[in-house]
Amino acid sequence: MQKIGVFVCWCGSNIATTVDVAQVVAAVKTIPNVAFAADYKYMCSEGGQELIHKAVQDYQLDRIVVCSCSPRMHEATFRNCAEQVGINPYLVEIANIREQCSWIIKDRAQATAKAIQLAKAAIAKVRFNTPLTPGESKVVKRALVIGGGIAGIQAALDIAEAGYKVDIVERQPAIGGRMAQLDKTFPTLDCSACILTPKMMDAANHPNIKLYTYSEVEAVSGFVGNFEVKIRQKARSVDAKRCTGCGICTEKCPSRKTSSEFELGLKTRGAIYIPFSQALPKVPVIDREHCLKFQTGKCGICSKVCPAECIDYTQQDEIITEHYGAIVAATGFDLLPLDKFGEYGYQDSPDVITSLEFERLTNATGPTEGHLVCPSTGKEPKSVIIVSCVGSRDTSGRGKTYCSKICCMYNAKQAMYIREKYPQIDVTVFYIDVRTPGKAFDEFYRRAVEEFNVHYIKGQVGKVLKDARGGLTVFASDLLSDKHLMLHADMVILATAVKPAAGARKLATMLTASMDNDDFFTEAHPKLRPVESPTAGIFLAGMCQGPKDIPETVSQAGAAAVKVVGLLAKDKLRTNPCVAHCQENICSGCLACEKVCPYGAITAETKTVINLAGVKEQRTVAVVNQTLCQGCGACTVACPAAAMDLKGFSNQEILAEVDALC
Amino acid sequence: MQKIAALMRQKAQELLSSGQVQQVAAWRKGQLAYDNAPAVFTSPEACADLVYDEFCPANLSKYLLAATKKKLKTAVFLKPCDTYGVNQLLKDNRVQREYVYAIGTPCQGMLDIKKIRAHGLKGITRITVSEGVVQVETVYGTQNLPQRDVLLDKCLQCKGNAYMIADTEIGEKLATPEPRGDAFAAVKRIEALPPEERFKFWQQELSKCIRCNACRDICPACSCEQCIFDNPAAPVAGKAFADPVEENMFHLIRAYHVAGRCVGCGECARVCPQGVKLGLLNLKFMKDINTFYGPYQAGSDATTPAPQVTFTQGDVEPSAAGQKGRS
Amino acid sequence: MLGEKVTVADKTAAPAPFEPKIVAFCCNWCSYAGADGAGTARKQYPANVKIIRVPCSCRVNPLFILRAFQRGADGVILCGCHPGDCHYMTGNYYTRRRLTLLMSMLNFMGVATERLRVEWVSASEGARFAEIMTSFVEQITALGANVKLRDLRCKK
Repeated sequence: MQKIGVFVCWCGSNIATTVDVAQVVAAVKTIPNVAFAADYKYMCSEGGQELIHKAVQDYQLDRIVVCSCSPRMHEATFRNCAEQVGINPYLVEIANIREQCSWIIKDRAQATAKAIQLAKAAIAKVRFNTPLTPGESKVVKRALVIGGGIAGIQAALDIAEAGYKVDIVERQPAIGGRMAQLDKTFPTLDCSACILTPKMMDAANHPNIKLYTYSEVEAVSGFVGNFEVKIRQKARSVDAKRCTGCGICTEKCPSRKTSSEFELGLKTRGAIYIPFSQALPKVPVIDREHCLKFQTGKCGICSKVCPAECIDYTQQDEIITEHYGAIVAATGFDLLPLDKFGEYGYQDSPDVITSLEFERLTNATGPTEGHLVCPSTGKEPKSVIIVSCVGSRDTSGRGKTYCSKICCMYNAKQAMYIREKYPQIDVTVFYIDVRTPGKAFDEFYRRAVEEFNVHYIKGQVGKVLKDARGGLTVFASDLLSDKHLMLHADMVILATAVKPAAGARKLATMLTASMDNDDFFTEAHPKLRPVESPTAGIFLAGMCQGPKDIPETVSQAGAAAVKVVGLLAKDKLRTNPCVAHCQENICSGCLACEKVCPYGAITAETKTVINLAGVKEQRTVAVVNQTLCQGCGACTVACPAAAMDLKGFSNQEILAEVDALC
Repeated sequence: MQKIAALMRQKAQELLSSGQVQQVAAWRKGQLAYDNAPAVFTSPEACADLVYDEFCPANLSKYLLAATKKKLKTAVFLKPCDTYGVNQLLKDNRVQREYVYAIGTPCQGMLDIKKIRAHGLKGITRITVSEGVVQVETVYGTQNLPQRDVLLDKCLQCKGNAYMIADTEIGEKLATPEPRGDAFAAVKRIEALPPEERFKFWQQELSKCIRCNACRDICPACSCEQCIFDNPAAPVAGKAFADPVEENMFHLIRAYHVAGRCVGCGECARVCPQGVKLGLLNLKFMKDINTFYGPYQAGSDATTPAPQVTFTQGDVEPSAAGQKGRS
Repeated sequence: MLGEKVTVADKTAAPAPFEPKIVAFCCNWCSYAGADGAGTARKQYPANVKIIRVPCSCRVNPLFILRAFQRGADGVILCGCHPGDCHYMTGNYYTRRRLTLLMSMLNFMGVATERLRVEWVSASEGARFAEIMTSFVEQITALGANVKLRDLRCKK
């Protein structure tokens, strides 16, 4: 006879305030096979686990039900606890009486009644549980980092330094990402390129790092420890092995009308181009859409001038298939398009620019070689207005509800930069709040106000219009003095909201990693597992997980790298034993299961089985590969005969729960 | 038809005597003029009893299940509509192609003796069909009936005279009955009823069921090694009255399980001793599959995956299906 | 015993208001996490909803749903990841087809399909989970006790 122990947790006051735990204990004690029931303040604590151990020994319990927080929280804890005292961990069931009971119901009687029902369902299920043993799967000792910005570079370097092979896939022709576009970085004002370029060099030259630039992830299959990834290496039309990066081709290219992506459209580039001067790899790429040779068949100048003879117009995209034990998503961010924010005049005036465009305008390698001039006139502005929260903290539905986090600091940085280099320019910042939590951040902001006399006005900008003199008129409110303002400016900088990079959702779907409503990757736990995706083997670094600045990005990348290294250091992983299995004597071999399996875990085999008449016969049956199976259960429903079942979530187990709840 | 029957006997004898096949599935004369029964012939001599006329409605494809199990190469006479069943069984791996010798057999529509009797005819001795006229000879005299009036229901939705699978064909193809309008007309009539009446209709219809399982036995889509209703560990209760799963659930689940496999042969409704309109449930699923996922005909080949094992990213949401036709 | 009736709330002389029995099948990765999220955010929704955790919505056999109705559930709701976001890549696409066909058939049989609902709820949609459950319970309360689906088993 089964002996089930039921352990009801108070979770301090979290459960016990709304659920009468004593009544739950009393109710479950009357259920047949429940040999022991008790409540305790914190079941997950050492004391609670000791209580379980002792009860198992004293009452010879063989199955355990814990009524506590979500199994997503402590199922592993209680499974370990059971294992320590000789009970198979899969003979443990959790009744979720916190997240799904005490926290959602205020009425004590209702909450107690629901807790009892949930306990009964768990007890009903645990009766049908069978001991399960995890299998093992090997770990491919190579990591993939998707995205070659500072997050990806840092993660790759840390993984490579720990001694593991790591590949970076970057869809742009060069690594560097957004950080390569920045001029200076807060709060120390060191030059972005000066601190990034050495890291780019390290990554490009590291023996353990392989770069796939101008490449995109095309397909991902497999699972933690052994992902199979198809990478599309787009045709550069340049033989990267032979190219010396001399750049003659980019100078001689007659097609010069394409706006430079790297310069955010503030400059044009040739059809064959190197995105920026410190680009790595320093190998040009032909933009076939704008190349005369590809469009008209005439030209071919780059090929003629190339001293290394490495231009190859026939180059094709290449699909590379590689296996990885772990994957880091580091896909970074884009700026929110401003088409829904007509009031700021971004579409109307070239002198209304985004903060990122400003970075290019002040960068010595940028379109103006670092001279701050109005794009419309080429003249130095006399007054600059910076607008915060453009599209951030937006509840109108046009923008993003979240705070983009980095803007307050770069506003101060950019204001200070202007005032320092051009003391004659007047700079005003309109803000809703100034948020400067961070080491030396508030001091930095105060310096902008106190030492550099940047005007900070709490208020919102309502409209930016071109005025008759070719300048801009800014209508705004000053909330502190409750005044409407009409100001003149020569340049307006919009601190535009960040958003996850285009294509992040497509990637998340390939990785089966979850995303939030804003398309940021979701972390496995917002506090305790912030660099892991809920999907095993997928780790997160940088802006793709949420807005963050460079130091935070670098820290997260390092943390993600440690998690990757921790995974790659293992030779084998314990696999989830809750996998499908086929009852061969009733399997008809129709293979509907095989067709719905996303992992190719089911194959047809001709086997000798004993049929229902007790006769040996040879026939086709479905066989599940227990390592490949991830336990979704699609096959169990495709099978009309219920020959296919799922361990840990069997038909009988689920029906027992259904019956207990209805 | 007599000519065809003679060719069939000849073919069966040839195949058996040459050892090309070990058995032949066909029809045998019954006691009356209209109760031919499926039969398996194993010797050339026995084939003398082989018959074929307008009273051979049974789809023989399911006999191939046992043939495969016994590893006996079997010749099977298949009317055009029966060929769909064979393909479905091949697709479901229930029948191995190597054991099948499919013989396309012409058909001009099978007759429904109940409909003939409904004309007040008794003492029937012989029934023949020629040019759309059914000549019924009785001990009291002879009467002619229009063929269309006495065709089996399933023949009124004939899928045409093409064989979906055939290793050889007997004689020339015959003109099959023109299908009667919209195949889903009956489904649409029920869909148009208010929900209460739909519920009443099905309750009455399905409570006629006596759970004889004839529908399940004849169905070329119902080919599981062990039916879920016979498996106590399965997520439904047993086939008997032991648990409160009874007729309605049985038919709902059966229809659900054969959806996408059902070839629409109409045999389930034909063999039902209680006259339950079982075909309607299957037709409803076919109609839904066609509407939601594009035209699909189970059994038209042995490879196209069923709609339930495929998907598209833009598939319709369940809520849309639940609301359709709601009053 | 399995499925026995338990009454904890005080019994008074007045007939108890109709309290529908609602079973919610939730996939582990999105909807169950969403339900946890509702709890973490202390979003209230009626106690009538009892959740059964499944690895993926595609694990839910339509037969489980029919069984719940037969046993007396007044409403069944199946929640999975949004199409395209399935943890197992394709599971919810199959769920969608299976449940579309089931819903359509129940509707055809004149059974109130309002009692069965399919919703896609992501792990981050705790508030939405609570809203969906609240509205579903309201809907089922308005419909009253499930007679038809239980009666599917009753011979007339």
